[in-house]
Amino acid sequence: MAEATLKIFRGTAERSEYQTFSVPTYQGMVVLDAVHDIQAGQAPDLAVRWNCKAGKCGSCGAEVNGNPRLLCMTRMDQYPAGQPIVVEPMRRFPLIRDLVCDVSWNYEVNKRIKPLAPKPREADGTYRMQQYDIDRVQEFHKCIECFLCQDVCHVMRDHGKYDFAGPRFMVRLAALAMHPLDTVDRLRDLRDAQGIGYCNITKCCTEVCPESISITDNAIIPLKERVAGEFYDPLAWIWRALRGKKADTRNPVH
Amino acid sequence: MDDLETHEHDVIVIGAGGAGLRAAIEASTQGVSVGLICKSLLGKAHTVMAEGGVAAALANTDSRDNWQVHFRDTMRGGKMLNNWRMAQIHAQEAPERVNELEEWGALFDRTADGRILQRNFGGHRYPRLAHVGDRTGLEMIRTLQNHGIHQGFEVYMECTVTHLFKDGGRIAGAFAYWRDTGRFVLFRAKAIVLATGGIGKAYTVTSNSWEYTGDGHALAFRTGADLIDMEFVQFHPTGMIWPPSVRGILVTEGVRGEGGVLKNSEGERFMFNYVPEMFQGEYAESEEEAQRWLGGDKSARRPPELLTRDVVSRAIRSENLAGRGSPHGGVYLDIASQQDAEFIKRKLPSMYHQFKQLGDVDITRQPMEIGPTCHYVMGGVRVDAETAHSTVPGLFACGEVAGGMHGANRLGGNSLSDLLVFGRRAGKSAVEYAKSQSSAPEIDADEVAQAEREDLAPFEGRGDENPYALLQDLQKCMETYAGIVRTRADLQQGLEELAGLQQRLARVTVEGTRQYNPGWHYALDLHNMLTVSVAIATAALNREESRGAHSRLDFPDSLPDMEKFNLTLTYRDGQLECRREPRPEMPDELKQLIEVGPGELTADDVAPRFERRRGF
Repeated sequence: MAEATLKIFRGTAERSEYQTFSVPTYQGMVVLDAVHDIQAGQAPDLAVRWNCKAGKCGSCGAEVNGNPRLLCMTRMDQYPAGQPIVVEPMRRFPLIRDLVCDVSWNYEVNKRIKPLAPKPREADGTYRMQQYDIDRVQEFHKCIECFLCQDVCHVMRDHGKYDFAGPRFMVRLAALAMHPLDTVDRLRDLRDAQGIGYCNITKCCTEVCPESISITDNAIIPLKERVAGEFYDPLAWIWRALRGKKADTRNPVH
Repeated sequence: MDDLETHEHDVIVIGAGGAGLRAAIEASTQGVSVGLICKSLLGKAHTVMAEGGVAAALANTDSRDNWQVHFRDTMRGGKMLNNWRMAQIHAQEAPERVNELEEWGALFDRTADGRILQRNFGGHRYPRLAHVGDRTGLEMIRTLQNHGIHQGFEVYMECTVTHLFKDGGRIAGAFAYWRDTGRFVLFRAKAIVLATGGIGKAYTVTSNSWEYTGDGHALAFRTGADLIDMEFVQFHPTGMIWPPSVRGILVTEGVRGEGGVLKNSEGERFMFNYVPEMFQGEYAESEEEAQRWLGGDKSARRPPELLTRDVVSRAIRSENLAGRGSPHGGVYLDIASQQDAEFIKRKLPSMYHQFKQLGDVDITRQPMEIGPTCHYVMGGVRVDAETAHSTVPGLFACGEVAGGMHGANRLGGNSLSDLLVFGRRAGKSAVEYAKSQSSAPEIDADEVAQAEREDLAPFEGRGDENPYALLQDLQKCMETYAGIVRTRADLQQGLEELAGLQQRLARVTVEGTRQYNPGWHYALDLHNMLTVSVAIATAALNREESRGAHSRLDFPDSLPDMEKFNLTLTYRDGQLECRREPRPEMPDELKQLIEVGPGELTADDVAPRFERRRGF
């Protein structure tokens, strides 16, 4: 039976090492299978976070050969035989142990986003929305919160700017801003509290998204355009001055 | 106990899937202090894996639908063992609960006139499932999560409850450990809502995640609450079976709802041969009629692929026994020949993705190889239909951990509506109960110390039993002796082996520290899985007939006498007691709904339109 070698990060922030394991391979095997086989036979306390093993819950995000991926959707046979497969925790978040890190920061960011405030129902008690009006938002709702985009985003990963909410929450904000029922004006919040200006469209987030959401093109860029239109468009300033509406001329924070 | 981290709430909800979140939301809006404890991260619970849709008689897609038909379908799907009052409340309240989700941000697929679109599913007479492609559960849990985090309840993530405490007869609190540190934490509460989901991890081939270890069932049982209907475990007919890595992963019933057909190795649509007597005359009798139904002809009857799950699973097994199975012991599910590629990718995107990425199969061109997988437990904590109150004062249960709603077999889509309807009711009743308690219950310090000793025991074992090996043996035992078909001899053998596993569990030893140690977590989960497994096998042994998901080869028929009771299990002084609980008499007007023939029950003759729209 063929075997594969895995080099797995083990340990805590204080003390860590890479341990090498060999496991028999079988048809269709994914990296999470290998990790489970290692737990069962060789390292019963090997820590990994997972739930559904079907690409639906987004729990098992980690870095395989340096690429952020879901362990349950990463086939072993895509890697060259004979070379070790390196498995490490997501680097961007504080380490708990082995392949598990502390992603609680994301939950705090999420809580700061203003919830949906829906407009009233139609007279017959329903909400009427056409499918084409919600297609884009449904794309955003595909997000499984694996936080791989948060892991790879260089604004945080390389520059440590945690006042940027990150790609995951740009997607959530876009889903709210484009939601046919939402009545909240989110532009000032996007600019000031969520730090949309930090993103410089390198699209790393889009590349790692296991749900293939066009994060940059469909969520972030349209939001940036709306923010720019609201706060930085000189024609709009003049228009608002003539109409007597109070313009928002405060300098952007970023 | 003084240095133990302690939190106090009026209401504690254990489990943060759809039922737990809905209960916590409801409880919070009643203005009391609420804590929500989840074994995983928030938003990762099993609800996220639900695919096909949520059943509610909105009558958007077919105006003939109403709660009465939904009630009838549910009772007949459950082979009449359901708690009729739960089935009634569920059918009546589901539409309101679904509409409410829309107000909180959920975006279901739409009809041409802009309302919520509904799809066909097994056992549902009309298209009834509100859905979002094939990721309805994700939409629901995220909607509840994002609404819930602004309701003011505390969330305790990656925190596993191992013990419940009582003060006298009433519930008093819970003992848990934090996954990341392994430290213990005590929760004091006046009322506790169990919303811990199911038990599927006790089987080898399962669509359930590692969390589904029957924690709530076992916690309630050990606390003295009754369990009901534990012999009924649902095997979903369509799980992936090849390659080995994906064995058990769910293939949504939505594939059949959207026109997918089942074929054996000879290419025959075999389900036409398996229509049970109870459903004769309600399903298409030829491929030609089934095709007309798919084309939208309302006079045509639905194809037999849309029979209830128990029937389809058994049919797949029979085809294999007759030598007409697929190479890996299943049959073929084919939608490629029924719908075009664009449609399949739009309505079933994650199925397309899942088969392509994990199975090297393009479902828009090839059939899928599928077979039964353990999916859901109908049995659970015995609760009052109106309040979700268990037989222990202050202990409530909702969602999959509660029993009664689905009887002997659950219809697809009825679990997502169940968790909304009864999650809300459990949260509301828990608050009412908590408010009625004049004094806060006390927790005995000795019991806390004992709980701590029990949880730490695996670190002090003698080293001859490994939790992973034990888990595998337990799963094999349940799969072999208490699976899709059962016999007395098998069940007795199974119970004997479970007793042996119980002995081995006492010797389980884990390595490493308490910090995020999966070996330790399994060692503790195994106690719950064993408790639940014994309950399932015992109930299965005691029901000497075949009904719904419970098939006895030695008692192949459904017996009218056996329809009159549910099996109830109680744990008393270390002994398991199994007794027949007579079913409450159903009111005549509900009986009539079930007795009228198909075709006689339409919106026009039993429910005026205004009633359906009431409240919206």
